[in-house]
Amino acid sequence: MCLAVPGRIRDVKPVQEWMYSGTVDFGGVLREVNLSCVPEAVPGDYVLVHVGVAISILPEEEAIQCLAELEHAGVEFEYEEGLE
Amino acid sequence: MKYKDIYQKPELVKAVAEALHRTTTKNWTLMEVCGGQTHSIVKYGLDALLPPQITLLHGPGCPVCVTPVEKIDRAIALAKDHNVILCSFGDMLRVPGTKGDLLAARSEGADVRVVYSPLDAVKIAENNLQREVVFFAVGFETTAPANALAILQAYRRELLNFSLLVSHVMVPPVLQALLKEPDCKVQGILAAGHVCTVMGTRMYEPLAERYQVPIVVTGFEPVDILYGVQMCVRQLEEGRHEVENAYPRVVKEDGNLHARYMVQQVFETEQRVWRGIGALPGSGLGIRKEYAAFDAEKRFCLQEIHSEECPDCISGLILQGRASPVDCPVYKIQCTPDHPLGAPMVSSEGVCAAYYQYGRGAK
Ligand code: SF4
Repeated sequence: MCLAVPGRIRDVKPVQEWMYSGTVDFGGVLREVNLSCVPEAVPGDYVLVHVGVAISILPEEEAIQCLAELEHAGVEFEYEEGLE
Repeated sequence: MKYKDIYQKPELVKAVAEALHRTTTKNWTLMEVCGGQTHSIVKYGLDALLPPQITLLHGPGCPVCVTPVEKIDRAIALAKDHNVILCSFGDMLRVPGTKGDLLAARSEGADVRVVYSPLDAVKIAENNLQREVVFFAVGFETTAPANALAILQAYRRELLNFSLLVSHVMVPPVLQALLKEPDCKVQGILAAGHVCTVMGTRMYEPLAERYQVPIVVTGFEPVDILYGVQMCVRQLEEGRHEVENAYPRVVKEDGNLHARYMVQQVFETEQRVWRGIGALPGSGLGIRKEYAAFDAEKRFCLQEIHSEECPDCISGLILQGRASPVDCPVYKIQCTPDHPLGAPMVSSEGVCAAYYQYGRGAK
């Protein structure tokens, strides 16, 4: 349950005093995410999201790599192939 | 097929595994704390890549698994007897209580709903002002900001029909409970990356010092985990016991200060009962009295329920790294994901479920 998923912020809007929310793009799937714990985040930033709340801002390169992995999540990967 | 993600790249997995083999000269026993890490290890067979001298024990970091049966019984009672809309993460629905689970309560007519986020439960409360809405809040420090935000939102919006049934737990106190046992075999710890994303790494320093164990903050991808093991073993081989960060792309020393501030506003530490482990002082987060109106256990008059765990389930030992699912006499026989007898067979982070899913154990 401590799973957290990276996504890219599309837009940011204030909800009520010091609470922010925004649309986050998870490899094509858009979701509303609470951004109150990353108030410095701006559209274009990658954030790590856990149960609907962004808990950190990610350096861009890392996030792109994590997203690539999500896109391929449907593909079963045999590690042994690459290791032998 | 393209596998761009370097943290899963076989060449890199291989390179880190080789480095680990070079580093290791003695026998070492490590524990990975988080159920997400356990899942990765079992899924990718990472334990098979370790040098034979290294033993990995699975730790207590599955929030669904450590939620005591009394809380499940209370959630069921709220849903059945108090006519509330009981919201929860999907995994909680199939965790067995003393009699049945939340899914069974739902099939008997209780209004039990699966939500993705506690903030979705706040929305349900907003749309059902004439009904009581309770969110069953389980989780480690990673989930605490979301639950704190749910209460803060409900407070600001004056949603007095919203409350939380809280079974929040924290990592350092349970680690301390495991490490202080005289027969504890754990010599090094892989700390849970996303817990530290919120809370930072400093709170592990007293533990590393007091129990002379290296604690390495570790991520979840195959490369991350092997790298965490390698850093931990290097410390052990060099006779060091420090807190190190093998997941710096996500974890900062102080964690997320905004998130910590919100958690602090709403929650304070309190004693918590852990399934199979028992009561640990200061190991849970409870709702502060300023927000007591949002505490389901204060809001509803819940009768004492006589709770009992399934006598065959050895999840208590498993959650302390003292047994493995294959040691459980009913694993794969009476206990399967379709008919779970204990929480570790239900949760996507439970070690019994991971062993079952990836075909471990001969039975
Ligand atoms: S296999 Fe089932 S009964 Fe055995 S410890 Fe795991 S959850 Fe409990």
